[in-house]
Amino acid sequence: MEAVRTQDVGVNDLPWKIEYDRDRCTMCGSCVASCSFQAIKASVERKSITRSEGREPKPLHEHSAIPVIKQVASLTDFCRGCGMCEKVCPNNAIRPVRNPDTRKSLLSRDNGPIKRGGRTNLSAGRTLDHIIVGRISQMTDPSLDSARHTFDIRAPFGRVLSSKELPFAVVDGKLVKKGHTPPVQYIYPLIFSDMSIGALSTRAWEAVALAVGYLNEKCHLPVRMSSGEGGMPVKLLQSEYLKYFIIQIASGHFGWNRIIKAIPYMVTDPAGVLIKIGQGAKPGDGGLLPSAKVAEHIQAIRGVPKATLSSPPNHQGLYSIEESVQKMHLSMNAAFGFRVPVAIKCAASSTSVSVYNNLLRDPYKICGGFFLDGIQGGTGAANEISLDHTGHPVVSKIRDCYLSAVEQGLQGQIPLYGGGGIGMTGNAAADAFKMMCLGASGVFVGKVLIQLLGCVGNEQGRCNACNTGRCPTGICTQDPRLVKRLDIDRGAQKIVDYVLAFDAELKKLMAPIGNSTLPIGRSDALVSTDKAIADKLGIQYVC
Amino acid sequence: MCRIGSIKSRTPIQPSTALRLMLPQQEGHDNSGFAMVLQDLYGIFSGYKDKPLLSLSCTQKGAQLVEDYMDAHNFVQIAEWLPVPVKTPGLSIQAMPYYIFRNYDYPEDAVKMTEREKEDLLLDTRLALRKILEESGQGFVYSFWPDVLTLKEIGDPSDIATYFRLWEDNGCLAAKSIVAQCRQNTNYAIVRYAAHPFFLQGYTLCANGENTFYTKNKEFQKSLHRGYIGFESDSQCFLNTLHYVHHELQWPLGYYKHVITPLPFEEIEEREDREVLTGIRQSLANLEINGPNTVIGVLPDARMITCCDSKKLRPVVVGRDENMVAISSEVCGINEIMPNRDMTQDIYPNEREVVIIGNDLEVQRWRQ
Ligand code: SF4
Ligand code: SF4
Repeated sequence: MEAVRTQDVGVNDLPWKIEYDRDRCTMCGSCVASCSFQAIKASVERKSITRSEGREPKPLHEHSAIPVIKQVASLTDFCRGCGMCEKVCPNNAIRPVRNPDTRKSLLSRDNGPIKRGGRTNLSAGRTLDHIIVGRISQMTDPSLDSARHTFDIRAPFGRVLSSKELPFAVVDGKLVKKGHTPPVQYIYPLIFSDMSIGALSTRAWEAVALAVGYLNEKCHLPVRMSSGEGGMPVKLLQSEYLKYFIIQIASGHFGWNRIIKAIPYMVTDPAGVLIKIGQGAKPGDGGLLPSAKVAEHIQAIRGVPKATLSSPPNHQGLYSIEESVQKMHLSMNAAFGFRVPVAIKCAASSTSVSVYNNLLRDPYKICGGFFLDGIQGGTGAANEISLDHTGHPVVSKIRDCYLSAVEQGLQGQIPLYGGGGIGMTGNAAADAFKMMCLGASGVFVGKVLIQLLGCVGNEQGRCNACNTGRCPTGICTQDPRLVKRLDIDRGAQKIVDYVLAFDAELKKLMAPIGNSTLPIGRSDALVSTDKAIADKLGIQYVC
Repeated sequence: MCRIGSIKSRTPIQPSTALRLMLPQQEGHDNSGFAMVLQDLYGIFSGYKDKPLLSLSCTQKGAQLVEDYMDAHNFVQIAEWLPVPVKTPGLSIQAMPYYIFRNYDYPEDAVKMTEREKEDLLLDTRLALRKILEESGQGFVYSFWPDVLTLKEIGDPSDIATYFRLWEDNGCLAAKSIVAQCRQNTNYAIVRYAAHPFFLQGYTLCANGENTFYTKNKEFQKSLHRGYIGFESDSQCFLNTLHYVHHELQWPLGYYKHVITPLPFEEIEEREDREVLTGIRQSLANLEINGPNTVIGVLPDARMITCCDSKKLRPVVVGRDENMVAISSEVCGINEIMPNRDMTQDIYPNEREVVIIGNDLEVQRWRQ
């Protein structure tokens, strides 16, 4: 007889329970080997069997010890529901099952706040799903044919001047440009957003980068990728491909030494610089790279020792928007000779409109983009409390910023890019289209890319272990054994295929509203089945 | 779809010619109204070409309000044409009590004004009158500009012409340039202001089709210029853009086309003037049109212009003989007024073309 000890952790306290079929299991050990969290182990169970073989009952008692797979009852090595065991098991003998009675969140704060990766698991409701493209061209304004017409799917990235500020002069009946204008790139309205080497494994980062190269060189889609904080491989910095990358500088300035040292050797300009002020997943928190993930090559790229790398919540020395504009923007602009757009990324917040207004009114006209990251953005590591309880939805904020610019006649001068949850339900094209109609010039995505690479995390508590260095798919870890699980080429191909479908789907949405250029600001094309959403966004309510 | 048309002639023509251009094209809703803008006037206004001419329709009270305002602002009335309508019962027209076409002399202190200041004075006066009439619900003012007359009414175009005695060709109204259109905007409420052609500081324009970038255009134009108001019709946006590009930015006319239907990025990249074209595309992205449209316009210097959308979803044709050039949605209208012209000379402008008709009737085709 065993005694019950109330404080002991049981499997039933954990978020996932392992459903195991002893009869199917051949004890090959694949599942145990594949579980990067050591959440299951090989064990032995004592079995007592009573049987009778003759015509009359002649019960025989037998005790035997049999090997089994067992779930570990631990608050640190708990099952994440990643499903690797299920995937690898040749006999369908094992699978994780969600446990509605879990007490894990309550119990596991012994060592301070809970940390995890992924995105909010609480505010996963989606405004965009209540919005429909409801203005269909028919009769007098015909729909276009998405297969036959040419579509001009390009969005501005860079500071756009008002027409009166353009340095044009008329010479012999023609306009001639007579002065400098801020650099503006026309890019694909889908930016691969900042996931650093470090947060991602080098393989995963490479797979994304490879996809970017392919999309540009072979598919002629000018997709840009933000490096994420933490620098880039020197070889890439010194290659032609740099032109597809937006270099990020965040509050920790990790990797900037290398970038600055590489500037004299760069053969081309980067696509842009993105100053990260904040992140939607964990506003008010700086980047966080747990030491478990700071492998040797990460130390080299970032120029740091093996330790947990916390970026401060703020850029040191930036106390106001003016300073941010003057110091960061000017120095970043100057670093590349005012040839490269410099944008900033902020966590969406109830104050975003003020920030945007200040940027719009800055006399230097050097902010080339305002990236707003909503609460549904993902992250490699954060305090769960930040992930679930801080942040701001991005949809209405993009709209507010756009409408504030409209009021001043400044729309389009600093392109808005929205991110955080784009593609969460799998259809990034629909999300992007709606965001553009509401005023975004384009969107940025991160999580959906790693999901395409194989990440199994979701916002119902599945996996979200990106902070542990034990990512079961090799995406978010630097452990060489785990990283090997990821096939770079297949991963890149998956992303390429997705973007090609995205492109086709975007056209499928542009065609019925009769437009061959991006519908930036075409809120008239949208309707909502939710009155509150319709009112807030200023679109038609329909039912 | 609206049918639109215009005529530019070496010798003055009367409105009946414009009606004959338009009526054969009618279909569907096309009998719901009539609107025309006459420029380069002859007939009873020939002596006052440099004096601003006010065109309005109103009630008696409205007329009084207008008079009070003009008096208070030192405009001196010098000539007037008050049409004496034919009030035959059964005519399909929703007539207003008064139609006033009146020349004024500028206030005395206008002598010191630059041309630009005078233009602004005329615009502001029209906007003020519009506000007064709109707030009191007593009428509509369409244009206030030297040598320009606007007439708009709701009803059957042919009846409207009867009402105003336009079929009589009595020589009162004659002009070398007429832009006309035969329907009300049937998309939204029937408002007189919604019927093209529209007029703004010497620019006249009518357009057909559907401006799918209406919301974008409107949101942007609202803060560009105080004259860009109303937006009762999505086609007003085309006029505002023409005025903005040519009058406000003072860019050469050809750039209008680059603004409303910019070249695809790939084509821009190939061009020598790509820096300018990209600049335009960036800064005026909100003035692009991306639906099916044809535009016919007249400039302050009386040149006429036409072009269509970048997919050529709305057709337009230019026909001509020695005496006149006509632009029209459908060729049947031109056949009616110029049956003996050389049809092989007709021009069907393509999607990347702007056709300009000079004051000597020389037709130029500009490639975007
Ligand atoms: S689901 Fe994942 S974490 Fe859970 S036991 Fe299986 S492999 Fe381990
Ligand atoms: S699979 Fe890897 S990247 Fe995805 S949630 Fe799990 S740990 Fe994070």
